[in-house]
Amino acid sequence: MFLSSFLRTIPISLEQGLAYGIVALGIVISFRILKFPDLTVDGSFPLGAAAVARLIMEGMSPIYGVILAIILGFIAGCSTGLLNTKLKINSLLAGILVMTILYSVNLRVMGRSNIQLLTVNTLLTPLESLEVNRFIPIIAFFFVVTIGIKILTDMFLHTQIGFAMRATGDNEQMIRTLGANTDNMTVLGLGISNAFVALSGALVAQDQGFSDVGMGIGMIVAGLASIIIGEALFGTKTIQRMTIAAVVGSIIYKFIISLGLRLGLAPTDLKMATGVMVILALGIPALKKEKEGKLHLRGV
Amino acid sequence: MIRLEDIIKIFSKGTIDEKVAINGINLHIREGDFVTVIGSNGAGKTTALNLISGTCSPDGGEIFIDGKKVTNLPEHKRAKFLGRIFQDPLMGTASSMSIEENLAIADLRGQRRGLGWGVKKARRKHYMDILKMLDLGLETRLKDKVSLLSGGQRQSLTLLMVTLSLPNLLLLDEHTAALDPKTAQRVMDLTKKIIQENNLTTIMVTHNMQQAIQYGNRMIMLHEGRVQFDIEGEEKKNLTVEDVVKRFGAELKDEALLVA
Repeated sequence: MFLSSFLRTIPISLEQGLAYGIVALGIVISFRILKFPDLTVDGSFPLGAAAVARLIMEGMSPIYGVILAIILGFIAGCSTGLLNTKLKINSLLAGILVMTILYSVNLRVMGRSNIQLLTVNTLLTPLESLEVNRFIPIIAFFFVVTIGIKILTDMFLHTQIGFAMRATGDNEQMIRTLGANTDNMTVLGLGISNAFVALSGALVAQDQGFSDVGMGIGMIVAGLASIIIGEALFGTKTIQRMTIAAVVGSIIYKFIISLGLRLGLAPTDLKMATGVMVILALGIPALKKEKEGKLHLRGV
Repeated sequence: MIRLEDIIKIFSKGTIDEKVAINGINLHIREGDFVTVIGSNGAGKTTALNLISGTCSPDGGEIFIDGKKVTNLPEHKRAKFLGRIFQDPLMGTASSMSIEENLAIADLRGQRRGLGWGVKKARRKHYMDILKMLDLGLETRLKDKVSLLSGGQRQSLTLLMVTLSLPNLLLLDEHTAALDPKTAQRVMDLTKKIIQENNLTTIMVTHNMQQAIQYGNRMIMLHEGRVQFDIEGEEKKNLTVEDVVKRFGAELKDEALLVA
């Protein structure tokens, strides 16, 4: 019983873990690289889903929907960055404000609170109509997309701008005296982060066959849980390790959740379980009186 | 080179805590000057450096660098002209990044940053060469994170980062004060060498009277936000701690300054 649950959980965890791994990669940029506690994520995820769902309903190609999702996510992230750097609004509050505003925006974009995509053609429809087990092409698709984004992130963070962005999160004063505009770096980083998140939202909506205004709730906590799980395995020694930790962590997180559901965890308790998981991961080092906490953030 | 005209800086203006940190400083520092700045706590030393580097802007007066008015120019736009090293060795480097990545960031000081690779292969050789100069064995540890280095090693690395793209003006803010005496001496020797070899215009704030007398061609004492004295040349060369105490003992109530 346990073993068969275990095995049957693997494909679905791979599919969802890879799809949500893009969110985790976005959170690596905001929380890990910029050390910015960005809560925009809970709003930019459904924003991406809403954008793609609306365009598909309007009869446009899903690929335009995905591109629009990326652009809107980027703008949402930049908005949070601008509220923080230009209007000097506390970083947590800036994210909460944009997230709240996005709730209305998402309802406007969709015109209602959810859109079904089961009966229309999406980006994934050609893959699903192949004469093989549905999981194989879908997992391959998400593997290519997510690993592709991971590699792009690794490359970007080793460019001159990437260095300036990492230094902004690490030592703002230092990189400013070396001539980088840390405000711009924060805004750009949050833009990229939320573009990833919105892309993930757009793909997940097509994968699960619907977009719902509430689908972003708890996204940040789930993303953090993924990152913490992944970092326990890969550490944070290099950028490459941090990004692979996000992706693998996301798969393991989805695996734990699916397994839990199969073994009788009520779906209604999911977010509580995730929250407790993050609390334990962040809190145990403190209880053990370790000097280094798990998360160092600025501007909180 | 750099000119301060009637600079005034007031903190918590208009409140009961109002404090005049800089009270009308006029100063002209010439190309090639190595100026040491002393003064007791609260004399305005660090505030003066902050005003020059753009960390804060003055409430009155103007600042010029090479004839260009920079009074309200933000900090990152002055980086072209200025190099700054802080007292805290942790301030000058990004600890989660590697030694070569830190050097590469400094390589582009004040320049436009693009999407080219941060560490260029051709520069890596140069980084190793200059790291050898430190004689700390860092040339074999290019990929190590800076967080693994000691305070003295980090401060030496920060100095090296300044030399990668030479500033018009180097600001040293008690940059050896947080180090143990032996390391401090080492870092100071290296500082002197770098300043001399590159003929860098330098302002060095120090708490240590002996150091202020020993180094540089010009010495300024700040007191209550004003320039108390400004001596240079022969007069500076022949100066002793006793002279300063004799002439300014009354103002030098800060005992730490005298014994140091």
